[in-house]
Amino acid sequence: MSNLLIKNGRVVDPSQELDGTLDVLILDGKVSAIKSGIEAGSHPGVRVVDAAGCIVTPGWVDMHTHLRDPGFSHKETIESGALAAAAGGFTSIACMANTKPVNDNPFVTSYIYQKASNCDVNIYAIGAITKGLEGKQLAEIGSMFEAGIVGISDDGATVQDSYIMRKALDYSKKFDLAVISHAECTCLKGLGVMNEGVNSTRFGLRGNPKAAEEVIVARDILLAELTGARLHIAHVSTAGSVRLLREAKAKGIKVTGEATPHHLILTDDAVGNYDTNTKVAPPLREQVDVDALIEGVKDGTIDALATDHAPHSVTEKEVEYDLAAFGMVGLEIALPFYYRLHHEKGIPLSRIVDAMTAAPAKILGLPKGDLKPGSDGDVSIFDPSAEYAIDKTTFKSKSRNTPFDGYKVRGKVRFTVTGGKVIYNASEEAR
Amino acid sequence: MDVTARNVLGIKSILGTELLKKHHIEQILDCAFYFKAIRNRKAQFPKSLAGKNAVMLFFEPSTRTRSSFALAAKNLGGNTVVLTKEASSTGKGETLLDTARTIEAMQPDILVLRHPSAGSPHHIDRALGIPVVNAGDGFHEHPTQALLDLMTLREFKGDFAGLRVLIVGDIAHSRVARSDIYALQTMGAKVSVCGPPTLLPPQIEALGVAAYTDLKAAVRDQDVVMVLRIQLERLNPAQNPSGGEYARFYGVSTETLKHCKPDVLIMHPGPVNRGVELSPDVVDGPHSVILNQVGNGVFVRMAIFHLLTGGEALHEGTMV
Repeated sequence: MSNLLIKNGRVVDPSQELDGTLDVLILDGKVSAIKSGIEAGSHPGVRVVDAAGCIVTPGWVDMHTHLRDPGFSHKETIESGALAAAAGGFTSIACMANTKPVNDNPFVTSYIYQKASNCDVNIYAIGAITKGLEGKQLAEIGSMFEAGIVGISDDGATVQDSYIMRKALDYSKKFDLAVISHAECTCLKGLGVMNEGVNSTRFGLRGNPKAAEEVIVARDILLAELTGARLHIAHVSTAGSVRLLREAKAKGIKVTGEATPHHLILTDDAVGNYDTNTKVAPPLREQVDVDALIEGVKDGTIDALATDHAPHSVTEKEVEYDLAAFGMVGLEIALPFYYRLHHEKGIPLSRIVDAMTAAPAKILGLPKGDLKPGSDGDVSIFDPSAEYAIDKTTFKSKSRNTPFDGYKVRGKVRFTVTGGKVIYNASEEAR
Repeated sequence: MDVTARNVLGIKSILGTELLKKHHIEQILDCAFYFKAIRNRKAQFPKSLAGKNAVMLFFEPSTRTRSSFALAAKNLGGNTVVLTKEASSTGKGETLLDTARTIEAMQPDILVLRHPSAGSPHHIDRALGIPVVNAGDGFHEHPTQALLDLMTLREFKGDFAGLRVLIVGDIAHSRVARSDIYALQTMGAKVSVCGPPTLLPPQIEALGVAAYTDLKAAVRDQDVVMVLRIQLERLNPAQNPSGGEYARFYGVSTETLKHCKPDVLIMHPGPVNRGVELSPDVVDGPHSVILNQVGNGVFVRMAIFHLLTGGEALHEGTMV
């Protein structure tokens, strides 16, 4: 177990209302103390990291990634995904079940945890709601729970049958697992490849209306109210969904939501050059939706920030827009787009950090997301003033499908630490 | 190789009318009218495409557009090779981009692409050095059709300024409608659309057009009524109940003409479903310029081949 002293950073830990220039001492992999003026000399053999000018927070939790393993190792593997996570500042990530075979049974869950045990980043598996993501029959949720799943989702393949969804919510209560809904009605979505609106009219591409998301968000909220189960709405993308979530929360229904970096900055204007890296599910929406999502993050309607890291190879993207795969990589570009919500949009830094740490940890029931004494020594350290252009050729991910290549951004990951061990150091990368 | 540097239009490719400026459209139409005047005098066309090769990549069935491009190239002394989806290697798993790069390696001078996916010509154009002509991409654009429509309008109406044009039919799934809207607006015409609400694309008014669902109200005061082909086989029952019901509400017939201006022009990009979107007597009647459109298509495509491959600016004043 590692010992580490992080000195002179601005420590922000909303879980204990902490914000100040402090030192963080990690002994035997656990947080030992946070205070000013901790001297390395009192702890022989401790490694010292100088975080002057940086912001030091509990390790970031990304509750929505696709690691493509097993089955699609040309896009990503558990190992490459873990390296990408560390480079992006994430100490814990949860991976979705749409692998091949699908994570709908304890054997696949165990495979994931076995591979994850060799990685420096904490990896958690999300199990399928239904067998084969087919929406017909419940997966072996209890057995997967015993194997370690932290939530259930048919992400990418919405459970269309309301009865099955109701029963999944009922069943999840026994294990206190969040049911994570990728909200898209397949009938309304049709063959849509982008948001339905003036831009789909202009670009001549088939539209996917906002209502395709909102009818499922509304349905699932009603089912959560009916069953009393915990519902989480993945990648909320429309102003209407934010409104539905806000109203449901006001009524006391147990529902949470997340937003992605791309939905928080891009609109469907980006589709105009037919760059298939802008093709994502749910699709990029309009400015009114981006504004509503930011407002939702600010007031806590959107609890968590999540990347929906969805690696695809060139083969799946260098094709006609209609034929391209949905999704974009997110782990290694997320920070500046999250941090921008503070320095450009005025959301308190404590809210942003909460949405990156304690909030997603709570939804998944992870013992993560804070720097209280005794907690795991997982820390993320970033330089809030570094300005640079995103360069996809530096990605650790096996995939490069991003519309953000060349984007000028502010905020750079300096160190990523798990259990007191430095697993990513930007200055070593530069050499 | 910078092809735009040695072409009088100053643009590499014709991907859509949305990207064309007024002077581009005027140069293309001037050139097309020049070719038409040569034909009318039974004189020889310049062989500006002699020794040059046009590859036509057609991923969707087409008869008139394909033959019009082929005749255009041959009139200028050029060679054409047609590749269809079946004949290309895409059936063997080759991507569109690889197909296009393979074709480019054979050093043709220009590529014509028809493809069912919007944006495909843009995708190809970014990767290739040679000019690309969009012969229809999904529901997006069909710029040569719009240009031949404009040529026909200039022939019969003279001026575009203030010209009122109505497009009737399945606007949502029509690349012709989009290309005509952009080109006509650029030239100063006022465009309206009419169709059942299920076949009007969302927020079409944002493109600066008036949208109608009532045909009789829509045709009033219009100088031109462009009727689109209704592809009943492609529509699902939720978009249109039946051909009969479509004809009843949106079919243009002699009855409709009673509500039109006496000198209204009736246009159609073809092929016509007689008795569905247009009644036979209107197709063959005095207002119809449908066959003029087809004829002008060859001259517009000649102009595009000529100008994009480096030909000089031509207009009737340059004729000797």
